[in-house]
Amino acid sequence: MTAAMKIDSSLIEKARARRLPVDLTDAQVQQFGAEIEAVRKKIMDSLGENDARYIRRMIKVQRALEVGGRGLLFAGILPPAWLAGTAMLGAAKILENMEIGHNVIHGQWDWMRDPQIHSSTWEWDNVCPSDQWQHSHNYMHHKWTNVVGMDRDVGYGILRMSEKQPWHPAHLAQPVTNAMLATFFQWGVALHDVEFERVRTGEKSVKEAWGQLKHIGKKVRKQVVKDYVLFPLLAGPFFLPVLTGNITANLIRNLWAYMIIFCGHFPDGVEDFLPEDVENEDKAHWYLRQLLGSANISGGKLLHIMSGNLSHQMEHHLFPDMPSNRYAEASAEVQAICKKYGLPYNSKPLHRQFGSVLRKVMRLSLPNGKPKAELATA
Amino acid sequence: MISALRPLTRIGHWLATPVLPESYLELINPLLGAGLRGRIERLVRESDRAVSLEIRPNHQWQGARPGQYVRLGIDVDGVRHWRCYSVSSAKAGRNDTFTVTVNAIDGGQVSTWLNWHAQVGMVVMLDQAAGDFVLPQGELPKLLFVTAGSGITPVMGMLRSMAANGQAADVVHLHYSPDDAHNLFAEERRGLSLAHGWKTLNQLTRSRGDQHFSSAQLDALCPDWAERLAYACGPTALMDATAAHWQQAGLAEQLKQENFRPALKAVAAGAGGEVRFWNSERVAEGAGDKPLLEVAEQAGLMPKHGCRMGICQGCLVTLKEGQVRDLTSGEVFGESGDMVRICVCAAAGNVTLEL
Ligand SMILES: Cc1cc2nc3c(=O)[nH]c(=O)nc-3n(C[C@H](O)[C@H](O)[C@H](O)COP(=O)(O)OP(=O)(O)OC[C@H]3O[C@@H](n4cnc5c(N)ncnc54)[C@H](O)[C@@H]3O)c2cc1C
Ligand code: FES
Repeated sequence: MTAAMKIDSSLIEKARARRLPVDLTDAQVQQFGAEIEAVRKKIMDSLGENDARYIRRMIKVQRALEVGGRGLLFAGILPPAWLAGTAMLGAAKILENMEIGHNVIHGQWDWMRDPQIHSSTWEWDNVCPSDQWQHSHNYMHHKWTNVVGMDRDVGYGILRMSEKQPWHPAHLAQPVTNAMLATFFQWGVALHDVEFERVRTGEKSVKEAWGQLKHIGKKVRKQVVKDYVLFPLLAGPFFLPVLTGNITANLIRNLWAYMIIFCGHFPDGVEDFLPEDVENEDKAHWYLRQLLGSANISGGKLLHIMSGNLSHQMEHHLFPDMPSNRYAEASAEVQAICKKYGLPYNSKPLHRQFGSVLRKVMRLSLPNGKPKAELATA
Repeated sequence: MISALRPLTRIGHWLATPVLPESYLELINPLLGAGLRGRIERLVRESDRAVSLEIRPNHQWQGARPGQYVRLGIDVDGVRHWRCYSVSSAKAGRNDTFTVTVNAIDGGQVSTWLNWHAQVGMVVMLDQAAGDFVLPQGELPKLLFVTAGSGITPVMGMLRSMAANGQAADVVHLHYSPDDAHNLFAEERRGLSLAHGWKTLNQLTRSRGDQHFSSAQLDALCPDWAERLAYACGPTALMDATAAHWQQAGLAEQLKQENFRPALKAVAAGAGGEVRFWNSERVAEGAGDKPLLEVAEQAGLMPKHGCRMGICQGCLVTLKEGQVRDLTSGEVFGESGDMVRICVCAAAGNVTLEL
C-alpha cells in the first residue's frame, strides 16, 4: 500500500505498542463484539411494513418539498417566495442526498426488493455518480474507517486531519482549503474518487482516471442543465431568481452535508489508526474500531432526519446496512454496551462537535500540532 | 399524438433527473408511477379460499390473450414478492381491466395476502402477460379442457372469451374439485355450457367420491378425446397423469399444459454452500435444497425472473465458480460460464454467481 509512505514513521512504534486504545482483554473484545452483533440481529430481524412506510413517506415528503420549492422559486421575484422556495429546495436536496440517497446506496433498503428504492438502481441528486461513490465510500471508507493512508476520507486527500499524516507547507493554507471544500462539497466528493494523488504517483493509470472523469462529466452535465439552465429558462423573465435560488439551494446542501460528515470522524476524542492496527482484524475488533473512529451528534428528531441519521454516525458505522430510521433504537443499546465495557460514547451537540473539528483544521495546518487528549495518553 | 409528445417527455426527463418524471407523477396518482402497475378495482369472493381481483392496469399494459398469465408483485411485511397468476377474465386488452383468481395456499405468502389483505384501491406491480397456454388463432378445432382446483383459472379466461366473442367451438370440459363449495365458477360455467352447447363434467372427488383423472375415465367420459386439442391445468398429479396419457397414445403434441408449480423431485438431500454474488459483492448461505433465486432475494438482490419454476429461462444467470443442483432432476452440474436457471437450481457446495 501507498499508505505506509504517507505515515509519519516515528508514530508507528507507538501505535504498535498501543494498538486499540482500550482497556479490554481480547476475550472481552470478543464478548463486546457478540453483544453488538446481537443488537444488529434483533433489529434486522424485526424489519417490516413500518420501516417500508417510513422510507416511502420520506421520499414523498422530499419530492413534495422539491416540487413546492421549485414552484415557489418561479415567483422568486418576490423576496419571501425566493427565501421560502430556496429553503424548501435546499431541504429537499439535503433529504435526498442524506436521509434517502446515502442510505439507499448503502443498501439499507435493499431488503424491500423494490427496484425503485434499491442500492443497485439509485441515482442521487448531486454531481457524484452513485456507482462510483458506492465503491469508494461503502468499501474504502467503511471498511478502513479512519485508518490513515487507507481511508481516503481522512482529510479527503487535501486536508491534514490526523497527526499521523505528515505535515507539508501546503497545509498552512488548510483553513482556506477547508472552506473551499465545504462550499464545493458535492464537487469534492465527485472528484475525490478519481484519486488524483494515485494518478500522480503512477499507481493508477491516466486512462482509468479519464474514464471516471467522463462518467462524472455525464452526470455533471445532467445536473447542471437541470438546475442552472432548464429550470431558470422555464421561469422565463424570472430566470435570475430561479438560477440564484438553485445555486443557493445547492450551496446550503453542500455546507450542511460537509458539516455533518466532518462531525462524524474528526471531532476531538475520535481515534484514528495505522494500517498496523488493523492487520488480521476480526469482526469484534472491527466493531470496536468503528466505534472509536466515529462520533455522534446529539439532538432532536429533526436533526437526525436532516443529517440522514449520520448524527448516529457510530451506529451507522457499526451497522452500515441497517435502515437509518432504526439507528436511534440501536443507539440506546450501543450506549448501554459501551457503558458496560467502559468504552467512550462520543455524542455531543452539533456546535461542540463542529467547533472541535474547526479547531483541528487550524491546529493541524501547523506542523506537530497535537491535541491535548493525545498528549495525555502518549 | 405520441410523436408530438416526445420532445415534452424528453424535457420531462431532463427536469426530473436523476429520477424519472413518473416519480413525481406518482405523488398525484400511484398508478402513474414508474413501470407497469395496476389498481385493484373490485374483489369478488369465489369460495372460502379463492378471490378474484379485477385490476385496472396503467397505460403501459400491452394486453393479454386468454389463458396467459401475468406476474404480480405485492409487498408483504414491506418485502416485494412476485407470483404468476392466470388471467381469468374474458377480456384483458390494452384498455380493459382484467381479472385474476387466487386460491389461498396454506402458509403461502402471496396467495393468502391477496385473499385476506388485498383491498379495493390498492396498487399492485405487474409484468406484461406471458405464456403460450392459449387458444389457436383462427377457427377453433374441437377442444378438451382438463382442469382441477385453481387450475380452472386460465381455462375460465378462454371459456369466457369464446363466449364473449361468439366463437363457435365444440368444447368438453372435465373439471375436478373436492366439493360444491370449492367448485370454482360452477354456476357461470353451467350457464355458458347451456348457452353454447358445451359439455361440462364436474367431478367432485371428496363430497361425491368421484375418481381422479385416469385413462379409463377419460375414455368413458370423452370417447373422442384423441380428436381434440387438449388443455390441462391443475396440481402436479393431474399434470403427470395427463402427460403420461397423451404420451402413451403418441399424441403428446395435442396436449398443452400449464403448471402452477415446479415439479421439484424429492432430490436426495445434498450439501449446500456459501453463495457469492459477484457483482453485488454479497455472500449468503445457500442450503442444498433452496433455489438460488430465493437465496439471492433473501440477500436483498432482485434477480430478473419469470415463472419461478424452470420453464421460461427468465432467470438465467452466469455461473462463475462451483456447481449447482437442478432441483427438478437432482442432477449436479456446472462449470464456469454456464447459464443456470436459478429458480430451480440450488448450491451444491460453494458457488459464485454473476449477480
Ligand atoms: C404460470 C402460472 C400461473 C399461475 N396461475 C395461478 C392462478 O391463476 N391462480 C392461483 O391461485 N395460482 C396460480 N399460480 C400459482 C401462484 O403463482 C403461486 O405459486 C401460488 O399462489 C402460491 O404462492 P404463495 O406465495 O401463496 O406460496 P409460497 O409462499 O410461495 O409457498 C408456500 C408453500 O406452498 C407451496 N406451493 C407453492 N405453490 C403452490 C401451488 N400452486 N399449489 C400448491 N402448493 C403450492 C410451496 O411449495 C410452499 O411450500 C400460477 C403459477 C404459475 C407458474
Ligand atoms: S424464472 Fe422461469 S425459468 Fe427461472
